[in-house]
Amino acid sequence: MRPEQTRLDRLSLTWRDPPGLWGFLTTVDHKRIAARYIVTALLLMFLAGMLALDMRWQLSTPENVRMGPQLYNESFSLHGSTMLFLVSVPVMEAMAFWLVPLMLGQRNMAFPRLGAFSYWLYLGGVLTLWISHALDITPDLGWFEYPPLSGPAYAPGHRADIWAQMITFTEVAALAASVNVAATILKMRPPGMTLARMPVFLWAMLVASIMTILSMPAIMLVTSMLIADRLVSTHFFSPAGGGDVLLFQHLFWFFGHPEVYIIFVPATGFVSAIVETFSRRPLFGHSVIVLAILSIGALAFGLWVHHMFAVGLPRLGNNFYTAASMAIALPAGLQIFCWIATIWSGRPWLATPMLWVIGFVTTFVIGGLSGVMTASAALDLQLTDSYFIVAHFHYVLVGGAMFPLFGAFCYWYPKATGRMMSERWGRIAFALIVGGFNLGFFPMHLLGLLGMPRRVYTYPAGMGWERLNQVATLGSVIAVAGGLVFVANALVCYWRGAPSGPDPWGGSTLEWAGEAPAPSWNLAYTPMVDSLTPMWNGAAPLRVADGVAIERREVLITSVTDADPLYRQKSASPSIWPLLSALAVSVMFIASIFTPWAIVVGAVPIGAALTGWFWPQRPRRNRG
Amino acid sequence: MTTSPPRPFEVVADLSSLPSGAIGARHLVWWGNIGFMVIEGTGFALAAAAYLYLMTQSAVWPPAGDALPGLLWSGIFTAALVLSTVPNLWVLCCARAKKAAAVRWGMAGLVLIGLVLMALRGAEFAHLGVRWDRDGYGSVLWLLLVLHTTHIVTEWAECAVQAVWLFTHEIGDDQFSDVEDNANYWSFVVLTWLPLYALIYWAPRAL
Repeated sequence: MRPEQTRLDRLSLTWRDPPGLWGFLTTVDHKRIAARYIVTALLLMFLAGMLALDMRWQLSTPENVRMGPQLYNESFSLHGSTMLFLVSVPVMEAMAFWLVPLMLGQRNMAFPRLGAFSYWLYLGGVLTLWISHALDITPDLGWFEYPPLSGPAYAPGHRADIWAQMITFTEVAALAASVNVAATILKMRPPGMTLARMPVFLWAMLVASIMTILSMPAIMLVTSMLIADRLVSTHFFSPAGGGDVLLFQHLFWFFGHPEVYIIFVPATGFVSAIVETFSRRPLFGHSVIVLAILSIGALAFGLWVHHMFAVGLPRLGNNFYTAASMAIALPAGLQIFCWIATIWSGRPWLATPMLWVIGFVTTFVIGGLSGVMTASAALDLQLTDSYFIVAHFHYVLVGGAMFPLFGAFCYWYPKATGRMMSERWGRIAFALIVGGFNLGFFPMHLLGLLGMPRRVYTYPAGMGWERLNQVATLGSVIAVAGGLVFVANALVCYWRGAPSGPDPWGGSTLEWAGEAPAPSWNLAYTPMVDSLTPMWNGAAPLRVADGVAIERREVLITSVTDADPLYRQKSASPSIWPLLSALAVSVMFIASIFTPWAIVVGAVPIGAALTGWFWPQRPRRNRG
Repeated sequence: MTTSPPRPFEVVADLSSLPSGAIGARHLVWWGNIGFMVIEGTGFALAAAAYLYLMTQSAVWPPAGDALPGLLWSGIFTAALVLSTVPNLWVLCCARAKKAAAVRWGMAGLVLIGLVLMALRGAEFAHLGVRWDRDGYGSVLWLLLVLHTTHIVTEWAECAVQAVWLFTHEIGDDQFSDVEDNANYWSFVVLTWLPLYALIYWAPRAL
């Protein structure tokens, strides 16, 4: 059967946003929130790419005068901070926001208003960093701003504060998003989707969320301690006052290393979904991939010291972290073998999303191998702070996370827009980006081995670095051109692409069950799941349940392990309070750069906004 | 590639007989609450790790010239906080039993207890024996205490807002759940204090 039109009309009425600007500001629709997260992150990726191109221009010839040292410092600091804090982590959360309810056949996230709050606060972090840049208060100490360089003695002014507070913004946003994603996956799975029947994508998003919850408090703590050192003269990181600069590095990397996997683990979810659909067979080794993701999630917390091999820690400590760093290559390798086995034993279809998976596997394996090299403390002492490291982490982060993201973008684009992207231009963009990337970054391995340090604004002639730098610059130009083709393809096809229908790829999971673009209420009924690939049931009708209200916003809550239906939960309606709360928090964060009293005074409007947010709308008490 | 309409459905079950609320770990918000407790608990654990790290970097602890933190007011505060568990758990039981009047007055009582706790915490700060800007020891001591105090203050504010709402409105199932979540959070604030208390007041004396 097909749902009756009166039911669909009723659902649309219940789940619609208010019209116009008010609807834009108050929406709690997970798809709208995710879309603005993704658009913001892509815009920032473009800006960060322009910074990268500018830096490559500077390095293309020795003793170039396009940039001085200060501008170069600002450029790489802004590039790194933007890519790590404002693009990579948020865009992965955004993909979860967009896809998790669809893949669960639910109408919204667990905490819809928390999702809206998360985006507005993230936007606050974006504006903090980039408006400061426009005002020439750009952070200039790299993306990890170590003290004592960032302490009060060596970094006067507010550049370091802007960096530290931008992090507070984005981390609160990320933590709020992670609790939301984890609660949604644990408590809102459709009947029958036991933990054993949960798609890899959802496992990946669950593990990444839990990793965020356990690691991001470290960076919030350490940047708050840095601001305290700068503002109220604490001595956390001043050796003369009984503090310790390495404490900063430990806390920073306790977050920083898991962060790499918080970016990479969702990418493994994208890859698993794409490989399954385009190999046209269920994923080989589902349990192995899930266990690999879980063990990556655990091991990632035992590696942080490999970022600190050069600071003079005890040998035994270095040995432990060398071993742990090499150990994590095992689950990562297992995943790759499972994907290859799926492709090998399936009927692969090399559409654009699948091309990106192939680009990912080849590039990520190179990045993984250079990672095994730098995991060795002895070798790392030679390679650290050289261009070899720049090559390594770009191979891992761009190859390991951005390529799967581009594949995911092409894969789910029809679901979001109802239209197909051009395959032809998609292939051209793929070739330019992957080719340009490898041309741009592979020579950096050699430059590093030849002794070129990272974070230098220029170099003298005669070092033997000119030709390789020029090749690297050429590669970057090609990759950026490919990026522009990719974006142009997405923009043009938004209006002119061929209609996609609800399920153009013959996908295996529930997000393909409903209409495209997905309506505000997602699916007309609650799906019942009895396999890992519920859409691959031989084209039989989907088994669904009725009974979740359509005349008011309501979602189904199920049990954590077996997804047994427990009760029907009211789902929050649109509200201005998340935006007002985020504004109040933003004012407090910014003001606390200048005075500690901002925390006390600023708590009042925050408390008022949160009270408005959570104030239940119920009848007044009858005192008769 | 296909542009056929969405897959047809076959309705095989009806969920309309399910209840519209739940208590304890069956409830969705209980899990959100746990998520934020894990975040904040991790923050406490890392701050405690920072304390221990700085301790290992110093030849004597507290550093020479710093007084040991006072035991009197901190002891009174800790005893009062632990005792507050009794009325808190009583409110929790009343919320589970959906006793409206008891929940209202119990919450008002918790607001008053919160005021007493904040006053005791003020006295505790006054007897720490070291300022935050004296040295690394002072800084990390204040870090731990300020972190925990923000939890006392926010928990008190949450109780106050809930009390006002409860006295002025008809209480539904979701609000009883809110009271339950608030009571769990109070227990969290009590439980996190115990290791911090041991660290701040007894580690410098014992080690």
